[in-house]
Amino acid sequence: MKVKALTGNEAAVEALRQINPDIFAMFPITPSTQIPELFDELIAQKKVDTVMIRTESEHSAISAAHGAALAGARVVDATASQGIALKHEILYITAGSRLPVVMLVANRALSAPLNIHADHSDTMGSRDAGWLHLYSETVQEVYDTVIQAFRIAEHKNVLLPIIIGFDGFTVSHAVSRVEVLEDDEVKNFVGKYVPEHSVLDTEHPATFGLFALPDYYMEYRRQVRQGMCEAKNVIISVGQEFGKKFGRNYGLVDNYKMEDADVAAIVIGSTSATLKDTVDELREKGIRAGVLRVRSFRPFPSAELRQALMYVKAVAVLDRADSPGTPGGPLFADICSALYGMHVQPVLVPNIYGLGGRELMPDDAMSLFKMLLETVKNGKPPNEELFIAVRKKGSVL
Amino acid sequence: MNNVKIPTLKELETAEPAFYGGHRLCAGCAEGTIVRQVLDAARYAEFDGAKTDLKDPYPVVVGVATGCLEVATTPCPYTSWGVPTLHNAFENVAATMSGVVEAYSVMRKKGRLASKKEYRFVAFAGDGGTYDIGFQSLSGALERGHKFLYVCLNNEGYMNTGIQRSSATPYGAWTTTTNAGKVEWRKNLTEIIAAHGIPYVAQAAPFSTKPRDLYEKVGRAFEAEGSAFMNILSPCSRGWRFPEGDTIKLARLAVETCYWPLFEIIEGKWTLNYKPKAKMPVVEFLSAQEKFKGVLGDKEKVAYIQNRIDQEWQTLLTKCGV
Ligand SMILES: Cc1ncc(C[n+]2csc(CCOP(=O)(O)OP(=O)(O)O)c2C)c(N)n1
Ligand code: SF4
Repeated sequence: MKVKALTGNEAAVEALRQINPDIFAMFPITPSTQIPELFDELIAQKKVDTVMIRTESEHSAISAAHGAALAGARVVDATASQGIALKHEILYITAGSRLPVVMLVANRALSAPLNIHADHSDTMGSRDAGWLHLYSETVQEVYDTVIQAFRIAEHKNVLLPIIIGFDGFTVSHAVSRVEVLEDDEVKNFVGKYVPEHSVLDTEHPATFGLFALPDYYMEYRRQVRQGMCEAKNVIISVGQEFGKKFGRNYGLVDNYKMEDADVAAIVIGSTSATLKDTVDELREKGIRAGVLRVRSFRPFPSAELRQALMYVKAVAVLDRADSPGTPGGPLFADICSALYGMHVQPVLVPNIYGLGGRELMPDDAMSLFKMLLETVKNGKPPNEELFIAVRKKGSVL
Repeated sequence: MNNVKIPTLKELETAEPAFYGGHRLCAGCAEGTIVRQVLDAARYAEFDGAKTDLKDPYPVVVGVATGCLEVATTPCPYTSWGVPTLHNAFENVAATMSGVVEAYSVMRKKGRLASKKEYRFVAFAGDGGTYDIGFQSLSGALERGHKFLYVCLNNEGYMNTGIQRSSATPYGAWTTTTNAGKVEWRKNLTEIIAAHGIPYVAQAAPFSTKPRDLYEKVGRAFEAEGSAFMNILSPCSRGWRFPEGDTIKLARLAVETCYWPLFEIIEGKWTLNYKPKAKMPVVEFLSAQEKFKGVLGDKEKVAYIQNRIDQEWQTLLTKCGV
C-alpha cells in the first residue's frame, strides 16, 4: 500500500492502470476529460496495453464500447453531462444486451443554461436505463469503487453495465489523500473476465441484439430487473470482501450516526462530507442527528433505508437533480416509494440543492437540520420551499 | 489488386450458406441477394494466388443497423444468420463495429482467440442509416481507419418505416414524405466517402450486367489495408413499386442508363468498372417502376434528370481517365 495525493480523476486512472482493461472508448467532456487524457499518457508510455478508441462523439463512444463488450472485451468509458444525454439511447441497449461496460462519470449539470459544474441531473436522466449506479463521496471511494465495479458488473448473476458517479470538480479535480493498493493486489481482486458469449465466437455463431416483439420483449426486460436485484447482494459481498482484504468496507448505503438519530439528511455524493461535519457539531450539543448517504442508487436499497429510518422523526431528502412537476427530485421519489407502507414513517422533507455546482455550505447544512428540528416540533415542515441556498424571486440571497 | 479469387456460383452452391432463406424481406427485395453475395465473397475471397477453400471459410462477423434487413432477419427467437451477427441501433453500426474490430485486435494480441485465420468484419446499413442519421458515426469510423467493410444497402429511402424520403432518394421520386415528388437531387455519398481517403471505395449493384463485379469488389475490399466502403444499389419492390420479378432488371437498367455507374476508388485511384456500349436513356430506368410516375409526364423534369445524369457520367469518366 502506498499513500498518494490524487484527484478523483487521477485516482480513477490509477485504478484503471492497475486493471489494464482491453478497450477504452472515449470522447472528451469537462470534468471527465482528464481521465482519457491521463490514460492516453499511460498508453503512450506503454504502461497499459489497452486500445483507446478516440471516437467522434459520446454516442459513438458508447456504441464502440458496446461492440467491444459484445466481442468479449473488458471495456471502459468516461463521460459527464451532455455526454450522458447523448448516450442515452444506447445506455438502454447496452443494459438490455447485458454487457458489463464500466463508465466513469464526473457528474455535471445539463444545459440550459450551459454549466460545467457538479450536479446529478446527467445520470439521473438515464436512471431507468438498466445500468447500476454507484456514487462515491470521496476520492478514495472513487479509487476503491472502480476496482469493485468490474467484479460487480461482470458477476454472472448481474451482467449489467455500471456507472461510477462522483461529483464534477468537487471530487474529480480535488486533491485528496488516497491509499493506493499494490498492482497485483488489484489484479488479483479484479480477476480475469471470461464472458460466456462473444460475437467473435465463430464456432457458436449467435445473433446479438434481436428484434423482439410483444411475445418475447418483456421476458428480456424482466431479466434486466432480475440482474439488478441480484446486484444488491453482489455489491454487498464484493464491498465486504474488499473491506476484509484492504480495510475499507462498502455496501449499498453509508449510515453516519444513524443508530439513534431523531433527524437525518439523505444525500448522494460528496455533500455527505459537509453534512457529516454538521452532524458532529450538532451531536456535541446533544442533538441526535445523522446522515444517510445512498451509495447504490441502482439497485435502490429500499430495505436498508426502511431499516435505517425506522425510528427517525424527520428526514430531509437532498436531491442534486430536479424532477420538475413532481414533489421533489428523483431520490425523493424513490425514498417515498421505499418507505411506503411502513407503520410509522418519518416526516419526509424534499429539498433540491447544489444544482450547477452551487455547493451546500456548512451554514446551509446547519439551517437544514434546524428546519428538521422545527419539523419534529410542529409535525410538519416550516415552509414548502423546495430549493435551498437559492435566490428567490424578488429577493437576493 | 486485380487478382482476387472467388469461387464460381456453382462451387458456392455446395458451401454452407452464411445467410439463410426463410427471412421476412419482401418478395423481390434485393437486400437478401446482396447480403448473400457479400458474405459469400467475404468468406471465400483469396488474393495473391492463394487457393480458395470451400471447407474452410474466413470467420466473418456481421453488424447490422436497424432497418428492413435487421427487422426481417432477426425476429426473436429466429435468425437468418449463420455467422455471428450483431445489431445495436439505427445510426451507429459503424461505431459499434469499430469497437468489435478493435476488441478483436486486442484479444488476438493477448492470445485470447482460438481461430488462427484472420477475421473479416462487415457492416450493413440502409441509406437512411448511412447517408443520414448514421453519417457521423460512419465518417468517424472511416477516419479512424478500422479494418472492416461497410456496405450501404441503398434502396433510396427509409423503407422499414414505410418508404420515407432520405438524402439518397432521387429527384422526382415519390415517397410517403415526398408525395409531390422529391425536389432535391440525391447526395453523392460515394464521392464524400472517397474524400475520406480510405483505401477502398466502390459502387456496385446486384447481378448487374457484370455479374461477378460485386463479388470481386468485396474481395478487393478485404485486400485493402484499412476501412472499405461499398454503396450498393438495392432495388426495393415495395418502395419503388415494381413487380417482384424485376429486381435484377432494375439493377441492370440503373447501370445501363448510367444512373448508377459501377466504379471503384482504390488508394485514391478512380476506375470505371463498366461502360455500357450504348448508354440507355434514363427514362428506361424511370419508367420501369412507379415511384417516378409524377415526373414521367413532365418532359422538362425528365430532361433535367437526363441532363444531370449525363453531367455526372462525364465527370466520372474524367475522374476515371476514360
Ligand atoms: C434513432 C432512431 N430514429 C428512428 C428510428 C426508426 N427507424 C427504424 S429503421 C428506419 C429507416 C431505415 O431506413 P434505411 O436505413 O434506409 O434502411 P431500409 O429499411 O430502407 O433498408 C427508421 C426511420 C430508429 N429506429 N431509431
Ligand atoms: S420494403 Fe423494400 S427494402 Fe424493405 S424488405 Fe421490402 S423490398 Fe426490401
